[in-house]
Parts: sequence; C-alpha cells; structure tokens
Amino acid sequence: MAETLATLQGVSRVYQKGKERVDVLHELDLEINTGDFLALMGPSGSGKTTLLNLLGGLDKPTAGTVNVGGAILSSMSNSQLSNWRATHVGFIFQFYNLLPVLTARKNVELPLLLTNMSAKERSRRAEIALDIVGLADRASHRPRELSGGQEQRVAIARAIVSDPQLLLCDEPTGDLDRATADEILKLLQTLNAEHGKTIIMVTHDAQAADYARRTLHMDKGKLEARTTA
Amino acid sequence: MKYFGLIWKNTWRKKVRTSLTILSVLVAFLLFALLNALGYAFRAGEDVSSAERLVVIHKISLINPLPISYEARIASTPGVAAVTHASWFGGYYQEPRNQFAQFAVDMTAYFALYPELIIPPEQLEAAAKNRIGTVVGHELAEKFGWKIGDRIPIQATIWTKADGGRTWELDLEGIMRSNDPRGSTAFMLFNHDYFEEARAFGKGTAGWYVLQIAPGADPVEVANAIDAQFANSPNETKTSTEAAFAASFAKQFGNIALIVQLILGAVFFTLLLVAGNTMSQSVRERIPELAVLKTVGFRDITVLGIVLSESILIISLGGILGLGIGWFLVQGVSQQMGASLPGIYLSPQAMLMATGIMIGAGILAGLFPALKAMRLSIVDALARG
Amino acid sequence: MKFLNQAIAVTLLNLRNLPQRAGGSVVAVVGVAAVVLVFAAVLSMATGFERTMLLAGSDDTAIVLRSGSTAELNSGLSNDQALIIANAPGILRDGDSPVASFELYVVVDVAKRSTGDQANVPLRGVQAFAIDLRHNVKISEGRMFEEGKNELVVGRAAQSEFAGLDIGNEIRFGQTSWTVVGTFEADGSVSESELWTDLRVLQAMYNRGSSVQSVRVRLLTPESIKELSDALADDPRVDVDVLSEKDYYAGQAGPLSQFIKIVGYPLTILMAIGAVFGALNSMYASVSVRGKEIATLRALGFGPFSVLISTIVESTLLSLIGGIIGGALAFAVFNGFRVSTLNGASFSQVVFDFAVTPDLLAQGLLAALIIGLVGGLFPAIHAARLPVAQALREL
Repeated sequence: MAETLATLQGVSRVYQKGKERVDVLHELDLEINTGDFLALMGPSGSGKTTLLNLLGGLDKPTAGTVNVGGAILSSMSNSQLSNWRATHVGFIFQFYNLLPVLTARKNVELPLLLTNMSAKERSRRAEIALDIVGLADRASHRPRELSGGQEQRVAIARAIVSDPQLLLCDEPTGDLDRATADEILKLLQTLNAEHGKTIIMVTHDAQAADYARRTLHMDKGKLEARTTA
Repeated sequence: MKYFGLIWKNTWRKKVRTSLTILSVLVAFLLFALLNALGYAFRAGEDVSSAERLVVIHKISLINPLPISYEARIASTPGVAAVTHASWFGGYYQEPRNQFAQFAVDMTAYFALYPELIIPPEQLEAAAKNRIGTVVGHELAEKFGWKIGDRIPIQATIWTKADGGRTWELDLEGIMRSNDPRGSTAFMLFNHDYFEEARAFGKGTAGWYVLQIAPGADPVEVANAIDAQFANSPNETKTSTEAAFAASFAKQFGNIALIVQLILGAVFFTLLLVAGNTMSQSVRERIPELAVLKTVGFRDITVLGIVLSESILIISLGGILGLGIGWFLVQGVSQQMGASLPGIYLSPQAMLMATGIMIGAGILAGLFPALKAMRLSIVDALARG
Repeated sequence: MKFLNQAIAVTLLNLRNLPQRAGGSVVAVVGVAAVVLVFAAVLSMATGFERTMLLAGSDDTAIVLRSGSTAELNSGLSNDQALIIANAPGILRDGDSPVASFELYVVVDVAKRSTGDQANVPLRGVQAFAIDLRHNVKISEGRMFEEGKNELVVGRAAQSEFAGLDIGNEIRFGQTSWTVVGTFEADGSVSESELWTDLRVLQAMYNRGSSVQSVRVRLLTPESIKELSDALADDPRVDVDVLSEKDYYAGQAGPLSQFIKIVGYPLTILMAIGAVFGALNSMYASVSVRGKEIATLRALGFGPFSVLISTIVESTLLSLIGGIIGGALAFAVFNGFRVSTLNGASFSQVVFDFAVTPDLLAQGLLAALIIGLVGGLFPAIHAARLPVAQALREL
C-alpha cells in the first residue's frame, strides 16, 4: 500500500466576478498517493487548472483543507507558500514560460537562486537536470533559439532541478505536435517511474492521458465517479 | 548579488529603450553636476574660508575705507595674533573686459596670514623688496601669458595717480597658487606702500583689515571687542569671521540659488517620469514572467526587490555616467577658464548628494511598477500568458 | 494627391488612438514642457534685467564720469570740474542755469525684506534737477526730500525688496539717522532700486567734501553729445568720459545679462537633448503598440510614407502641446517675478522683474518643434520599415 502524498477534503473555490459568484470547485475530496501519475481531464471551465493551482499552493480554497506531504497549504501565508513551492513542487506550463533573456541553463537555475547553494553547485545541478531531459548540449541557448519541444524540456528541467516530490503539469503538450508531445510524455513517464516523481497532469488530450497511471474526469467543479486505470 | 545576473539581463531586454532612458538620466545628472559646480562658484568659496580669520570692514559698507591707524589699534586688541590690511584696486589689463581682482597689501604680512597661498620664498622676498613688485595667481599668469620679470600695466578705474595718470606699471616678481584644490588665486597683489604714495586721493586709509585670532581666543568675543573699540567714531566697524563675510557676500546674489534649485527640481521631476514610465512599460510586458518567478517560489518581497533593483540600476548607470562627464567638464572649465570663472568646483558633498538622489529616484521610479509586480496574482497573470 | 490623402487618413486614425497610449504620451509632453519652462524662466531673467537697465537710459541725457572709470561708483570729480562740465556747450539751459545734476553714488548695507541678509543698496546724492533729468521718475507717494535734511526718497522696487524703507521710517547708516519721506517710481527701471537724498548731506556724511562722482546733463538734442564731448576733450582742466545715459546703462547691463545667456542657452540645449531621448522612447513605445495597426494598414495597401508622416505628426503635436504648457507655466509663474541681485558692474543691488516676452515664448516653441521632429523621425522610419507579414504574425 503506497503512502498518501496529498489529501483534499471538502475543498470549494468560489470566484467573485463582479456581482456574479462562480463556483469553480464544489466540496471536492481527493487523495493522491506518492508515486502516482494522474491525468485530469474535463471540458473547459470544469476546474482542472484551479485544482492544480490549489495543489501547487498558487491559490487557496474558499473552504476545505489542502494537505500536501503534511503541509496544510490552505492555512499557510503567501510567503510560507513561496518557500514551500521553492522546494516541494515543480510546475510545467503549456507555453513553457521561460524567461527569454536567460539561457537554458540560467532558466533551469532560477529556482536554485532561492537556496544557499554556491554558483558552482547551482550550475552543476542545472547541467544534471538538463541532462535528464536530454538537452545537455543546448545549455547555452536562449529560448528563442530552441524548438517548442526543447523549450518544454527546459521547463521540465527547471521543474525538477530543486528535486521536488510533486510535478504539476498544465496542458504540457497543448502547444506541441503529436510526435514531440509523445516524447515529452515519455519523459514524464520516465521521471515518474525512474525518479519517483508524483505527477499530476491536466490535459484535453485522451492520448496524453494514456501515458498516466490513472485518469480522473472533472465536470462543473466535481470529480466524476469514473476513473480510467 | 546572486540575482544580479537576472537583473542585468532584464535591464537590457529592450536595448533601445534602456539606452534612451539611461541617456536622459545621464543628461539630468550632467546638469546637476554643472549647476552645482556653478552654484559653488557663486557661494564665493565659503568652504575655503577660515573660521580663525576675522574680517574688519566699515560698518556702513564694504566700499567705505577705514583709517590706516586702525591697524595698530586692532593689533593691540586682546586675542588678536596678527593683523594686516588690504585695499580694492578695481583695475583692468589692456581692455575693460579683462577685469580681475587686484589688492594693495603688505606682501610679507599678507602671505603670513594666508598660509594656504603657496609662493616660493625668494619670489615673495623679491616682490616685497621691489616697490612696484606684484604677485599674481597662476590662473592669471596662464591666461595672459605673463612670466616673471614682465612689466604689467594695469589701468585704474578708481585710483588715478597723483600725477594724473591712470596706468599703474607693476613688475611681476612671483606667481602663487592655492594648496586647496577648491581655492582660486585668480587675483593680483601689489605693495600698499607704492599704492599709498602714488594715489591721488584717499591717502591714509585701507579698504579692510584681516586678522588672525590667537589660539584659544573666542572669535565672537574678539570681534565684539574690536567693534566696541571703534563704536561712536566716524568710522564704525563691522567684524565677522571670514566664512561669515564670504557667506553674506554670496547672499547678495539673492534668489539665484533658488532659481537653480527650481531648474533642478523640474529636471528631476521629468527624469522620474521618464524612468518611471520605462519601468512600468517593462513590468507590464513581462507580467507572465514575473508570475513564473513567483510560481517557482520567489517570495513577493524578492520580486519587489528585483524590479526595484532594476530601476535603481538604470538610474545609477545614467547618473554615474552623467556625473563622470560633469566632473571632467568642470575640471576642464576650471583649468581653462579659472581666471574668468574662479571657484567653479564639484564638491564631494555634491557627488554624495547625487548618489543619494540616484538611489532615491530609482526607488521612486520603480516603486509603483514593483508594487504591481509584487501584488501580481499568479493565477491571473498566468491565465494571460 | 492620393499619397497625401493616405497620409492624412493614417494620421487621423493614429491621433484618434492616441488616448489609448496616454501614459507614454504624457511623459513626452511633460519632458518638453520642462525644457520650455526652464528655458523661458532662465532667459526671462536676462530679458527682465536688460529691460530694467535699458529703461533707465535715454539718449538726450548724458552722464559724465572721470575718464577710465567703468561705473559711477569708481568715478570722482571735484566740484570745480563738475562746474566746468555743467557749463560746457550742448547742454540745455533753464533760464540761466544748465539742466544738470551733480551726483554722488555710494552703497549702504540694508537688510533684504525676504531673508534679512545685508545687501549693497545704492544711495544717490542728487541735486534739484535730478527728477527732470530722468524722463520716467516721479514721486508717487509722500514728498521729495528737503535740501540740507537727513531725508530719503526711495525707489518703489527698493522699498518692496529691502526692509525698513516705508514712508515715515527712521533708518541708520553708521552714525547718522535718516527719515524716509517719499517713494518714487520710474516705470520699473533701475532707478527704482535706488535711495535718493540731497547731495550736500551725503557729501558731509561720507567725508567727501565737495567732490562728486558724476554729472548728469540734459542735451539740447541727442546729437549734441558730440559737441559736449569735443568741448570737454579740448579742455585741459578736465579728463572725463561722456556717455549717453542709454549707452552707460547698456554697458552696466552687459556682463550680467551675458552671463545669464551663456549659462541659459547651453542649459536649454542639454535639457532639450534629454527631452529628445524621452520623446524617442515614447515614440518607439507608441510604434510598438501600433505595430498591428500599422501592419494591417500596410496589408490593406497604405504606403510606408503615410505611416512615416503619421508618426512624425504625432510626435510633433505632442511636443508642441508640451511647449505650450511649459510656456504658459513659465508665463504664469515667472512673468513679473521680482528678484534683486548684485550687479557686479555697479557693485550694488538691482531689483528687477522676470520678463517672459513673446519672443522668448516663440523661441521656446521652436525648441519644442525641433524636439518633436527629431524625437519622431527615427521611430517613424522604424515604423515605415516594419515587415508587414512578421508584424501580423507576432501580434
């Protein structure tokens, strides 16, 4: 029996848009085990990204508790959340969100600036992370000089460089062609299987979801009963 | 410091924009340096004046002369270590536009009282011995190409000679300089004995007295004692420290300093606006990137610091360049035009003040964009990407 | 003509969108406004000072000084010499006596009203004809001093600038005490900075015996000055310079107003360079915001020239708005702003009002126009050269 990494209990998230209340998540319960690779699917506006943001400490629930690896994110302050994110979680976005002014290596190093590591050590770790994603030879290139798939690999390297337990991916292949998407997904699988990362991936793409260990479907702020193994 | 690389790279994201902003900041600080140096000249060397020297002038006005007999009476006042006299000559060399200060003095006593004036002892001795000997500052010697041994005719505007002539011929015996880089020596000294003997009127008077107070004596008490001595005589005196005298003279120029400050105010206001606009443009353009920094775990305060540092960096780059160019220009002007514009000087205080302004302006210009960056909601910002 | 219509159409479209780019535009406007403000403020000092000095001089009055003295303060004439001068040819006579005033010009320390600092205020000893000799001087309040008494009449500007000069006040200079009995005005000329008293009283106070410093005379005609100076040059008993009052005051004004101009023009040029950088920045920003619009227009078939023109017009217009604001502000704040300063040429205080003249405002607007053209040119070229396809794709 694998141990539980994340627990969500009775989580609701309500946005106030002008006078209108939008219930994005409604009394949601979820357990995620360490070592899981979970795909979250569902139509636009079903609350996938909001759920991901809550798990990553980017957002806080209106009600309920979010517990990740023993940290109660729902009751932490913004600066506590910042510190927590720096070491416990890595993010991967659809549009990579690399800093265009920095080289691949410097982009990957970014999270390490928040630690007390020496410049040499930071550089060494960034090289390792780039090596894992298969881009060691592109370290000195800037994002503009890389292809979409390569940019996403750099983003993945950035997500894993501080060795977090949890990787959160928001449509990581949404902007890539099929072949490149498959490569990225295989990389995520490797990170899950060989490096023991717990991965939660929001996607629209059923083929992408196939790479995950299991798939959860969301609709209108709730998890649907059916899961795909 | 480990963020410096990131800050530096972000600064140069838009090279044209950053360069233009730096250039406009450069101009602002160049103006600051030049106006400050000019303002220093207007303050007439207050800073180089001594607090141990007192100046005794006629109470009605500086232009009224005092009897020469006062010298002995001042010398015997308790607390006075040494005293000498000087008189304004007000002449010019060759053409009226070549005006500079000339003083009739007792050479030996005068140099003894002004140790900051450097002159080779043999030149001083020669100047004192030659009845028509004169000593000039190196600025004047350079400007007019005078060499020791030259005979220099000075045209009087006030002091006609007893023989009706207006040309006073003087032999250049010595060239002086100041041991203080801020001090100007753009003036001429010649012997009071010759002046007294040859002038057509005003005999038996001197323009003012300068005295050195004895060690430990209170300058205010000495000044009061001197003024009390001559109270209720036809020639009452007003004694003040040299520094206060210089300051009161500088104040005669009045609101000029205020006007200079107004100009600088306008310049810096504009500068803030230009730099602030650049910063807010730059922050607006990279909201998603700033959100990424936060996602990765950068704390709000760190993001604030990064944006503020960028703003301070841009202003400091421009500021340091502007001050540097200003410094060179002021050096050049004071060497080339020391005779016509004496006392122009960029003081360390002004440099320090400029540095303070750089940091202050950097913070002010970057504050609103930085606060915006700090308060950025990650969720919204990423949604925009 | 099609070409021009295009340019007008694109320019109008551009100006209509201007409010959406307000942030950058405001910066450009304020930058130019600051340049014009500083320019007009600094140079209005020079024009105001010159006006004050030149108003004092007329060409049918001559002033006679000891030869070689550059100012009244430096001059000195004996009573005999003064009498010879007054009775020389070319001088208007009133009955038997020449229209002339022997005058003594000294300075006294008086505190400034604003700061309390001591300042060199000119004190002039005059004779009865002094007021007639000066076209614009008249007693505006109180009365003229009485001969032989320690009484002063004070210029209106001096009264407003220096302390203790209100009518009825007693003021001490050294051992003597004086009563202010009247105020005179002189159309804002330099005379208004002076205090006047009876020549004989001032001579006594200053131990000057019967000597004077200048003789002021009314000429028969402005051309009579030649006759007067020739006659005096031939007279071995006197050695003097004869100047028309106008030339004398122009000479007194020269060094200070020149100094202000020597400082003011380079200052303005430097600031204008700074403003050009600011304008360039906001125009580049404006072009980049308009990138998509420009690309769309180009795709529709508008030529690069119309894009160029529209950008230059925007920049020039913003600059001119800035120039007008700066000029108006300078006029509102500085026109008539009264200061007193030490005029080195006379070693005494001159009170004058800043004068923001139409000429200065025109020069300021010209500077604004140049800043706008230069600041718009490079961004305009950049805009005209934007590759259409790429711009469309990027945005």
